[in-house]
Amino acid sequence: MNSVILRAGTRYLAGLLLLVSLFMLLRGHNEPGGGFIGGLIGATGFVLYAVACGTRDARAALRVAPETIAIAGLLIALGAGLAAALFGDDLFTGQWLFIGETEDDKGLPLSTVLVFDIGVYVAVFGSVLSLVFTMEEEV
Amino acid sequence: MSWLLALPIALPFLTATLAFLLRHRPAGRWISVWGSAALLIASAVLMAAVLDAGVVAGHMGGWPAPFGITLVADLLSAVMVVITAIIALAVSVYALADVDEAMEAQGYHALFQVLIAGVTGAFLTGDLFNLYVWFEVMLISSFGLLILGGRAEQIDGGVKYVALNLVSTILFLTGIGLLYGMTGTLNMADLATAVDDADQGLLTVVATAFMIAFGVKAALFPLFFWLPASYHTPAFSVSAVFAGLLTKVGVYALIRMFTLIFDHDIAFTHTILLWVAGLTMVTGVLGAAAQTDFRKILSFHIVSQIGYMILGLALLTPLALVGAVFYLVHHIVVKANLFLIAGVASRIAGGTELARIGGLYKTAPLLAILFLVPAFSLAGFPPLSGFWAKFILVKAALEVEGWIIAGVALLVGLLTIYSMTKIWAQAFWEPHPEGVDPRLSSLTPYDRLAMLLPIGALAVITVVIGLFPEPFAAFAEDAAAQLLDPSAYIEAVAVANGAVDIEGAAE
Repeated sequence: MNSVILRAGTRYLAGLLLLVSLFMLLRGHNEPGGGFIGGLIGATGFVLYAVACGTRDARAALRVAPETIAIAGLLIALGAGLAAALFGDDLFTGQWLFIGETEDDKGLPLSTVLVFDIGVYVAVFGSVLSLVFTMEEEV
Repeated sequence: MSWLLALPIALPFLTATLAFLLRHRPAGRWISVWGSAALLIASAVLMAAVLDAGVVAGHMGGWPAPFGITLVADLLSAVMVVITAIIALAVSVYALADVDEAMEAQGYHALFQVLIAGVTGAFLTGDLFNLYVWFEVMLISSFGLLILGGRAEQIDGGVKYVALNLVSTILFLTGIGLLYGMTGTLNMADLATAVDDADQGLLTVVATAFMIAFGVKAALFPLFFWLPASYHTPAFSVSAVFAGLLTKVGVYALIRMFTLIFDHDIAFTHTILLWVAGLTMVTGVLGAAAQTDFRKILSFHIVSQIGYMILGLALLTPLALVGAVFYLVHHIVVKANLFLIAGVASRIAGGTELARIGGLYKTAPLLAILFLVPAFSLAGFPPLSGFWAKFILVKAALEVEGWIIAGVALLVGLLTIYSMTKIWAQAFWEPHPEGVDPRLSSLTPYDRLAMLLPIGALAVITVVIGLFPEPFAAFAEDAAAQLLDPSAYIEAVAVANGAVDIEGAAE
């Protein structure tokens, strides 16, 4: 599609969508949201870019092949599961670290659950983009 | 203990991701080989633990049954995982010569390893919904492998394959939903006791749904036609791993479900299975007799051989189950090997259409001998592994006075020899129609080694099982005893649970 308005708008919208997707990813920790929906929203940013400027530009902007991104996400998720071995727990048992923990405040909780969710985010992001790019190119 | 169970699933996934990241380099294919070797070691360790403890169970993520995902390995699961690892290693070595760089760049090795993860996952899981997930993992990766290369006939076979398997998946999911509604649990050990309180009539309906769902996966009569329509199209290493493992996951699931959970109305369910077993054997072997393509003949033989395993399950006597377990193990090795040999024959003689190849016996006698071992074993010649497998099953059928089904089993064995001799006569004995002398030396030394080494190793396994059947039969006996008396299985899950009372949780 060759539209000046869409291309100009995409510059702002794509960035905004990526920011929203990160917000969704982190929000999913305790509220509705999470890696899957975050990955979908993030992918929408690049899909919009591909519609406005063509898949070649979108691939160039992405720098890494979307298939590689998807598999890297799988690796991150798997790593989060395997990390439980270091603590002697079952596969995929969540490991927690509370930064700045006091008696009545848990502090900032960091966990392998979040790492797993990031892996899901990256995997969904990559696989949706590889799907959409391939279909765009065939049309 | 839980890591012993998790590793045979996690390792192939790890191998898949690494192999995909390096898919444009030669290192990718070696990662696949080393990953399969690591899987073999992990499965051997698991086997040692199972031999030691009887049944090993563990929970993923530290969630106890029936809430979390339980992995359970009894003797049957453990031996299936070991045999999966052996086939994975053999095929990944074979793929060094068989799979070209274009397929590798599309992610062949990653898909292959994900498929292996799906297969081991299905063998090890102790949770019905998790089993569904592994079936999906297998379906997605096998569809990818099937159409890799993108020729028209591959897409044609792939669409048939996926369409019918999706129907099976929906039935499976429906069955799971009904079962969950009736009992409130999907943990297999938990279900084994929970179904006693359920509505027995409805339970039979659910059992039939599962029978059809797994029957499609296992390629049983009359739901087998997707198999011969698709197995002759992909790369040889792909069809070898499909032929060896995929249908056997369906058989395994049938054996597991119809010994552990659906044993309430044996007169109904297992009579259906008996009929299905007989018809599967006959239609498969007759279908093979009508074919003229190397791989199509072999594909129809998968169908007919599946009938033997289901026969063992349908009779449900201790000896019959011994036969079924023995048959499963023997068949996976033999069938994968035959497809690998078909690949070599196609490479040096120029095709799989029997009318257009020939002369392999004269100029490639080594390949001829390597073909004879699995082919005769498949037909049930003594002293090869297939003879003992058929012997046990026929004896079990005679013991319960199933004269007709024993006769069918013997007749199908005879017809199997007929199609094996057809391949033998046309591909090996008759001269090549174009006057070419197919020679193994036309392959590069690297390709020759990569292709013949796994074929030789699998043939050795066939011969060893044939010459020393006693330890394998004793093992199959123990495995069958565990299947007939699931108390050890249920007990192991409860022990792994520790504090959680599994009986109480079921209510």
